[in-house]
Amino acid sequence: MNTAELGLPDVEWPSEGVSRVPYKIYTDEQLYALEQEKLFRGAIWQFVGFDIEVPNIGDFKTTFIGDTPVVLSRYESDAFSVVVNRCAHRGATLCFEASGNQTEFSCVYHNWSYDLTGNLKAVPFHRGIRGIGGMPSDFQMCDHKLTRLRVSVLHGLVFASFSETVAPLEEYLGKEMTDHLRRMFSRPVKILGSYSQILHNNWKLYMENVKDSYHASLLHLFLTTFKLNRLSMKGGLTVDESGGHHISFSKMTTDLVSGTDYESGTLRAQDDDFTLRDPRLLESWPEFPDGITHAIQSLFPNMVVQQIQNSLAVRVLVPRGVAKSELFWTLFGYEDDTPEQQRTRVRLSNLVGPAGLVSMEDGAVGSFVQRAIGERPVANTVLEMGGRTVESQESRVSEASVRGFWQCYRSHMDL
Amino acid sequence: MTKDTKESGLKIDSAIEERIQRLLCEYVHCLGDERYDEWPAFFTKDGRYRITTRAARRQGFVAGIIDCESRGMMVDRINSMRHANIFEPHFYRHILGPTRITSLDGSCAKARTGFVVMRIVASQDSEVFLTGLYDDTFEDVDGELRISDRVVELDSSRVDTLLVVPV
Repeated sequence: MNTAELGLPDVEWPSEGVSRVPYKIYTDEQLYALEQEKLFRGAIWQFVGFDIEVPNIGDFKTTFIGDTPVVLSRYESDAFSVVVNRCAHRGATLCFEASGNQTEFSCVYHNWSYDLTGNLKAVPFHRGIRGIGGMPSDFQMCDHKLTRLRVSVLHGLVFASFSETVAPLEEYLGKEMTDHLRRMFSRPVKILGSYSQILHNNWKLYMENVKDSYHASLLHLFLTTFKLNRLSMKGGLTVDESGGHHISFSKMTTDLVSGTDYESGTLRAQDDDFTLRDPRLLESWPEFPDGITHAIQSLFPNMVVQQIQNSLAVRVLVPRGVAKSELFWTLFGYEDDTPEQQRTRVRLSNLVGPAGLVSMEDGAVGSFVQRAIGERPVANTVLEMGGRTVESQESRVSEASVRGFWQCYRSHMDL
Repeated sequence: MTKDTKESGLKIDSAIEERIQRLLCEYVHCLGDERYDEWPAFFTKDGRYRITTRAARRQGFVAGIIDCESRGMMVDRINSMRHANIFEPHFYRHILGPTRITSLDGSCAKARTGFVVMRIVASQDSEVFLTGLYDDTFEDVDGELRISDRVVELDSSRVDTLLVVPV
């Protein structure tokens, strides 16, 4: 479907530019449909899985790009395919399982079968029965392939794209983002856990939340309450040229709590409740030589790479309609972790996810916006912390990377 | 009165069954009444409380959604819930299925109990929030039965919004 058939969304960007966002951007049905076409099936690369999730030939994993269902498969020892999870005949789902192993794609409806790269190999009753019926004589198998995506692998991360014109992956990500992925993924990864979280808000509200380091110490009170606040940690914000990708980072060891209200305890009464009974919860070890202890990287449009001390995770957001989305978490460590290191990662994972002591509020705060703006909003959101422009900053009390998201979004969406 | 369990051949005493039932009953009423400060005391001092998913256990994943490895960590969760975390006021209603005792060894018993947890958010409908099973180990500590290990295995790998109240 092209833009004309969808109809243009009735969204006009405010004259202030990216320091304003019309609330309608989170509620418009036409815009949602257009995002699927221009953004998710457009000139982006999206993470679809780790190579180790499909270790053997024939292994597959189902996932989504935007709301389009896709299947990642390993079809040769070192080659991956990503196809739309939909039979080219009647559009039935091909793979129902989250993961598995198969030698071909076979549709349950009429048994059309395809090889692992999506080429149609067999159509039952192709020639009819005893020469009667069957497909027209000019029916060509090669005209009815599965929709196959471009695939690019970087440090074991498999990305896919519907676009024939998108820049090669490393160019799309840029040097700073690629360097950070190398930092996180140059060692063999081991998956420690996975789950998903339903968010009752438009997908973009969650991506803004990820990029908004201003809210962190204000909404998430666990660390402050237990006098573990790290507002003064040294860090910064890197926004790439497109504005779409960002890294927010900090170094815990540079924290100077002494002489602040945190040390004197005047922010809260010195109550027993505000001391951790079991401080093992926050034990960690310095893992990266650059000294960075916290790093949140977002890759446009919907991927997050997380380092919260030694809790490492990848998150991918799937839109589920205008006002709903599903966040898929994959917790990981490294193959060469010691048992103690793995234990530390698992313990620190108590801070993240739907039950995360530090971050559970992120599961709800988007829905607080979604329900308050209503279905046909007219007003705009305000994004002026740290200025009105998009650039890397030393302060993390900034909305620069949120503005960057909108800069990139507008360019993809022609808004 | 004793009876055999076919799998293990262990003798299961109706007294231990009754004690487990009483503990599970007190546990869900404690949570339904929102007496959260009393919740950690259902566990032994070194008790473990984990929430994970059926799929994660089948795949052998070591990390779930919550992993408390002491009563202290459970107290920390309750303190965090009461004083730090921000969420809409709500509570959970637990509905338990029958308990199946799987082994009994000295002062240690293992049992599985299915559950449905309804979530009731203020001024909204009751809704099914979680289904799953408890995989429990109970120990007798000075005449009191306590949970030394509880794995809350969720049937679905998907959690709606957030999970803050004990299950």
